[in-house]
Amino acid sequence: MTETIYKATEAILDGTVFICFIAISISLLLLLYRMIAGPTSPDRAVALDTIGINLMGLAALVAIYLVTPNLNDVILLIAILAFLGTVAIAKYLEKGVIIDRDMD
Amino acid sequence: MLFAVLLPLLFAILVPMLSKWKHKIHTGIFVFFIPFLIFLYFIRFVGNDFTPVRQVYNWIPSLGINFDFYLDGLSLLFVLLISGIGSLVVFYSIYYLHVSERLGSFYVYLLMFMTAMLGVVLSDNLFVLYTFWELTSISSFLLIGYWHYRERSRYGAQKSMLITVFGGLSMLGGFILLTVITGTTSIQEMITQTDLILSSDYLPLIMGLILLGAFTKSAQFPFHIWLPDAMEAPTPVSAYLHSATMVKAGIFLVARFSPIFATYEWFFIIVSIVGIATLCWASYMAVRQTDLKGILAFSTISQLGMIMAMLGFGTKAAIFAAIFHILNHATFKGSLFMVAGIIDHETGTRDIRRLGGLLTVMPITATLAVFGTFSMAGIPLPFLNGFYSKEMFFEATLHLNEVVNPIANVIIPLIPYLAVFGSIFTFVYSMYFFFGVFTGPKQFDKLKIKPHEAPIGMLVSPIILVVGVVFIGLFPNSVNGTFLIHAAEAVNNAVEIKDIHFWHGWIPPLFMSLAVVGIGALLYLTREKWSNVYHVLPGKMSMNKVYDGLVKNVDTFSTRLTNTYMTGSLKTYMSIILGTIIFVTFIVMISTNGFNMEFNNLAEVTWIELAVVVIIIIAALATMFTTSKLGAILITGVVGYGVATLFVIYRAPDLALTQLVIETVSVALFLLCFYHLPKLEKRKESTGSKLNNMIISIGFGALMTLIAISAHSTEWFDPISDYFIETAYKLGGGHNVVNVILVDMRGLDTLFEIAVLGIAALAIFSLIKLRKDKEAE
Repeated sequence: MTETIYKATEAILDGTVFICFIAISISLLLLLYRMIAGPTSPDRAVALDTIGINLMGLAALVAIYLVTPNLNDVILLIAILAFLGTVAIAKYLEKGVIIDRDMD
Repeated sequence: MLFAVLLPLLFAILVPMLSKWKHKIHTGIFVFFIPFLIFLYFIRFVGNDFTPVRQVYNWIPSLGINFDFYLDGLSLLFVLLISGIGSLVVFYSIYYLHVSERLGSFYVYLLMFMTAMLGVVLSDNLFVLYTFWELTSISSFLLIGYWHYRERSRYGAQKSMLITVFGGLSMLGGFILLTVITGTTSIQEMITQTDLILSSDYLPLIMGLILLGAFTKSAQFPFHIWLPDAMEAPTPVSAYLHSATMVKAGIFLVARFSPIFATYEWFFIIVSIVGIATLCWASYMAVRQTDLKGILAFSTISQLGMIMAMLGFGTKAAIFAAIFHILNHATFKGSLFMVAGIIDHETGTRDIRRLGGLLTVMPITATLAVFGTFSMAGIPLPFLNGFYSKEMFFEATLHLNEVVNPIANVIIPLIPYLAVFGSIFTFVYSMYFFFGVFTGPKQFDKLKIKPHEAPIGMLVSPIILVVGVVFIGLFPNSVNGTFLIHAAEAVNNAVEIKDIHFWHGWIPPLFMSLAVVGIGALLYLTREKWSNVYHVLPGKMSMNKVYDGLVKNVDTFSTRLTNTYMTGSLKTYMSIILGTIIFVTFIVMISTNGFNMEFNNLAEVTWIELAVVVIIIIAALATMFTTSKLGAILITGVVGYGVATLFVIYRAPDLALTQLVIETVSVALFLLCFYHLPKLEKRKESTGSKLNNMIISIGFGALMTLIAISAHSTEWFDPISDYFIETAYKLGGGHNVVNVILVDMRGLDTLFEIAVLGIAALAIFSLIKLRKDKEAE
């Protein structure tokens, strides 16, 4: 009985993961369109940030799919990097520089 | 014998010290004893019962290269010429060179040359011979360029260097072939293997290369052009190198190798034709010269041609005559050069048009010149050695060995006529030299210095040489038994022993000599009338023009060639590099049948992989076409993140981590420097260039893809990764196999990657901080 439930749960999980894969892929493709089409740099920056978030999701899904805890670091790292990257790009767009010189 | 050969070189080390006292004692006085000692050392070998001496000193025994000195009759003759005339030249130079000159350099070069020349004629080892041969080229180069502040000296030195080293290197090629074929480096052992060499397929090549060396060194047509330009050297050098010794090195080489090649009919054809052509052309050209040393230079060339031709004839009488003429030429030509030097020294000019009527002013010099020039002309007088060898030459041209070869059959009957033709001009320029300088109107007002007789010291050397001329002329048989027979034996084994007489009766060679004198005298008296012939031939044709053009064109051609590919544009270099890789790799892969496509052990493609790959491809394509700088780098970021996702999918978490960090840092770095970069503009490129780029990039991509597929389809052995997985924990103590490999199993790679990063960091730091311009501060 428990085995049947277990199998059913697994089937539901696999189906969900598959659907999510497709959804994220579509979302990535759409983001890519935004990325390439522009029209302005902030558009692209936001697109890249969102791609990062989507990649987190994708990595999590892969972790579920592969049944491994080894990818958790990757997910966390993407989060930090996407944040840092977006801040850097934002600062660049705002000021033209990322690291300010000392204001003596 | 080794010490005798190296003595001048060893003494040369002391010369710079001795030259410090040159104002008290002329350096040449110390140097004089060196060749004289060598002369005394070698003169004791001379005798009717001379037998060859061999001495071997190890140098590089493992390669068969040793100081292998072999003193036979031919070497002995040359050694005595080198040391004897060397002593006289050094003695002459004491009076010729003023102490204000750089005497130290002069005698160092001269002693260097002496060692080199002794080594050339004594070496039995091919490679030692070659070493000394090149040393003669180098020291001759230094001596010709002795007055290096003169443009013509530098030109002459460079020209002689280029031509003789060209020949020397060819000769080295011939030597190597000979060594490979015979398995020995000794000339005497090669002579015993003559049959082997003559049956070799490479015989024409060997002979051609060695003859090229000999012809360039001995200034044979068409390589004679360096010798007239070498007359920029101080006169003692011209007398020594360019009449008596170095230019005879080629003659020596041909004589040395004629036991091997003599029976080869092309040896006869090439050496005879070149010799005769040189004889005729140079004697014809000598009449045209106005510089005394120019006349003597062309005269040397023509006499060398005559000797070369006789070596080419290869008959016993011809070889004997050639040896005899080597000796004779060294005596009278050496004295004539010294006479020319005296005239130059005492009148301030060597231009024959400004000289004349010196007979009464310089009677001793004039007497010396009479013997020299008349001997050179081959005038039948019983006290001139030139006549004997010339008569023998004529006789040799009439009795040539029959060679069955269509070319040989054409030239054999022509040779006596050509010999007479060349000799007529020899007569003309000899007379021109003597009468032009010593008779005719006195025109001393045109001279810078009031002419007067030379100091006695300067006259000693030419007097000794002229005494030699007369002595050999009067008693030719005294040198016959002691020198000539042994030397001729070394060249041509069974030499006929014959006495040399002045009078042979009314035989054809005598008539040829008389014809030379008759027609020559006629031509000399009427030379004003036919001198226009030089406008027709050589006219515009000149080997000098060929040489100059060659040197200039090689220069411009290589500049142009280099400019075609060294454009300074990185784009061009990149296309050349990639194009070469594509071309070479494709050819290798196709010729070795290396492309291999198998699709039977592929993994299944999942949706998610497909989606990521599609994204990467789209992003990569977009990078190429985007016009926005920031857009380009952000889209590249997408590619990097996509690759990280692939790492995730392919279960490489460590790689994914690193890739993500690196990608982000790179994007940040790009952003850092973007502010300072100039605006990216769409460059206008021609369609051809675009097409070229497209072909190269597509070709390269296709090549790499094909190689990757082939590599995947080819599995020669099992991967070793199983071992790592099995032993990572057991041996390395870690569960993370990647990290165990990085720091434990292959820690050395990691160490140096750390070093790379360190270097990069330091380099960036110094690039930013260290600037020479103050502006950056």
